[in-house]
Amino acid sequence: MTGVEGYMYPNEITLYWSVLIVLYPFITGLVAGAFILASLERVFNVAAVKPTYRLALLTALSFLLVAPLPLVLHLGHPFRSPEMYFTPHATSAMAMFGYVYMWYLMAVLVFEIWLDYRREIVFLSQSTQGLLGIVYKIMTLGSTNISERALHIDERVGWVVTLVGIPSAFMLHGYVGFIFGSIKANPWWSSPLMPVVFIFSAMVSGIAGVMLLYMGLTKLRKQTIDMRCVDSIAMYLFYIFIIDFSLEMLDLVHRIYEADESFRSLDFMVHTKLYFSQIVIQICLGTILPLVLLFLTQVVKLPEIARKRIYAISGCLALIGIFAMRWNVVIGGQLFSKSFLGYTTYKMALVTKEGLFMAIALTLLPLLFLWVLIKLLPPWPETSEHAPAIGD
Amino acid sequence: MSVFKDAGHLFRFAGLFVLAFILFLVIRHFVVPKSFGQYGHYRAASIGEIAAHQVKYAGHETCETCHAEVFDVKKDGKHAHVNCEACHGALAKHADDPGAMTPTKPDTAVICARCHTASAAKPKGFPQVVPADHSTGLPCETCHQPHNPGMDAAAPKAPVKAAGGAK
Amino acid sequence: MNISRRQILILLPAAAVAWKSVLAGTPEASPNYKMTDHWWSMLIDIPKCIGCGNCVRACQTENDVPDGFFRTWVERYHVTDYHMENPEVISPDGGKEGFPVAVADEGKYFFVPKMCNHCTDSPCTQVCPVGATFTGPDGVVLIDPKYCLGCAYCVQACPYGCRYIHPEKKVADKCTLCYHRITKGLTTACCEACPTGARQLIDLKNPKDPIHEFLKTHDVQVLKPQMATGAKAFYNGLDGSVR
Repeated sequence: MTGVEGYMYPNEITLYWSVLIVLYPFITGLVAGAFILASLERVFNVAAVKPTYRLALLTALSFLLVAPLPLVLHLGHPFRSPEMYFTPHATSAMAMFGYVYMWYLMAVLVFEIWLDYRREIVFLSQSTQGLLGIVYKIMTLGSTNISERALHIDERVGWVVTLVGIPSAFMLHGYVGFIFGSIKANPWWSSPLMPVVFIFSAMVSGIAGVMLLYMGLTKLRKQTIDMRCVDSIAMYLFYIFIIDFSLEMLDLVHRIYEADESFRSLDFMVHTKLYFSQIVIQICLGTILPLVLLFLTQVVKLPEIARKRIYAISGCLALIGIFAMRWNVVIGGQLFSKSFLGYTTYKMALVTKEGLFMAIALTLLPLLFLWVLIKLLPPWPETSEHAPAIGD
Repeated sequence: MSVFKDAGHLFRFAGLFVLAFILFLVIRHFVVPKSFGQYGHYRAASIGEIAAHQVKYAGHETCETCHAEVFDVKKDGKHAHVNCEACHGALAKHADDPGAMTPTKPDTAVICARCHTASAAKPKGFPQVVPADHSTGLPCETCHQPHNPGMDAAAPKAPVKAAGGAK
Repeated sequence: MNISRRQILILLPAAAVAWKSVLAGTPEASPNYKMTDHWWSMLIDIPKCIGCGNCVRACQTENDVPDGFFRTWVERYHVTDYHMENPEVISPDGGKEGFPVAVADEGKYFFVPKMCNHCTDSPCTQVCPVGATFTGPDGVVLIDPKYCLGCAYCVQACPYGCRYIHPEKKVADKCTLCYHRITKGLTTACCEACPTGARQLIDLKNPKDPIHEFLKTHDVQVLKPQMATGAKAFYNGLDGSVR
């Protein structure tokens, strides 16, 4: 058989969870991370990150809209997916996805964004003509009450929603980790640390993602980047990255020291088939290098331009590293035989339903959504050129 | 009450939720299969559907109802415990309508070797030979009666009509 | 002791059911079958297995198993003294066409037929998000092909590699313990085709089943007991190196 070394159970030779399932935790991770960043301002009163508050919310929403797509596309019968809502199996971690997703989408993100934007939505519904105006009118839900008292209520309710949103974000992504961590048959996945590692890596990717988006979009809009904001985001990124890295290393050290029955097989895999994606990309390039770079910005007084570059580079590296981490979990967990006697190979298709092009398209799709959302609900103060100014 | 008035938009949002939930319950009522949950969290009707699959191996009891003479030959020999379809293949179609499908007689040079070719991997007590040395290429049935292969049991090329043998 | 064919006949009185009704294929044609009266499983007698591949072929014929996927397969182990932990295992095309001739050396050889263990606490049914796979009232783990999403979570959850996604039907697939046969008083296709009696269908709820005597008098093990799946495929003479 091609691509098989040693002995695989014959049904194990084909991998069923493809690059799309790699994308799924990556995208939900961005959602959870972006939301946590937004909540920093709202709940923890970190005023410095305010310029990214709305952008973080819109980013979370646009990625969340795409999050179920890779899952549904990889199903053998995508049109049966509503069964997850109709007859969710109480003992299945995966069954809860639909509900956790809906809760997070509607009760947390959409609600919070709606509350936060209501004043603008009401103004826009009055000033905008045509189809777009109708869209805004629908978004007001027929209520144009933006009295001070109403806005005050919105503010208080929004705060509560954010407060509820933090555990929800943890649940959304920690639960994705649980999907893998609870599979006792697979020693590469089975670990109580898995949900925790997933949450912290999600925060790393989300914060890095929003930071990059903020820097990139500000540059595109030819505005000046608020360095106080970016500096504090980078600081949070650095600290959370350290926690994430420590947890991953704890998991690794624990595995190496315990060296249970699966260890020899997994160790061999990490040194061969996963060497590039795990050791080189995930750990060296995607974790240690950005950590060192971010550490520099914390201890050395660097000029603004140098910091910007370092933030951009380490943000990109962090995203690559987190993507590699998802890859190594999902694909790595299927490369070895549960007999611990052999290894198979994952050959990524190109143009199929679960191929590389689809994966690229699904990665770019949230950016398109984000673009639409930014046009619809401008996240920045009145300086935007295209969107109608608020209060016209 | 001005608090309710100023929070009116929140009730509209909540109303959307309630509407969606009611819609969900209505759809759910119609979409979930009727037998779902009868025995457990699954569609009970699927058990009957799986049980309704076509049988392809008739089973030796079925063979023996017609081919009693083969059973008599077989029952005292070393192949007493080898079921008919282990060598003759799946024959439910033949059992259903003997005229519709006539089984081909297995080639003993091939079919016997499948089990009896010597290999260090086989259990020690299991009779096994190196076919090339043992029979110099002759079909096994030259000396062994497949239904009772012991050498004392059958004369070479015994004229016993093999079960299902067409030729 | 051995389970003789005679005992099997006594054991399965429903075998007397007229052939026509067996072939009719409808569950109503086996009116004597009551799910709660049975708790099905399988005995695999390793010292009897000769690696002929009859079971694999019979299973593929009986159940239309697609090429390259297996509801049952046979592995050949080669274990040497110093490599108990690292046996050499082969299963060319699931053992469907038998195995290459092995030459005697210092190691030992044996065959291990594998199949769904129809676990009592099956991890595969636990993880199914929609209830498309389940343990029936008679202890057989089944898949509802009309309800399965094809998410493959169960494939990941099975410690034994018994499940696959059917390449055409796009749903999870695996051994049904020939449910369409055992409900009509027949034994499974693999047991029917096994020439040495290395596989025996057993019914733990049937007090007359010789398995009870067999379990009393033999050292019987299940695969990967540390997985605590309540596996019901019992192996006689299972070597410690088998995974």
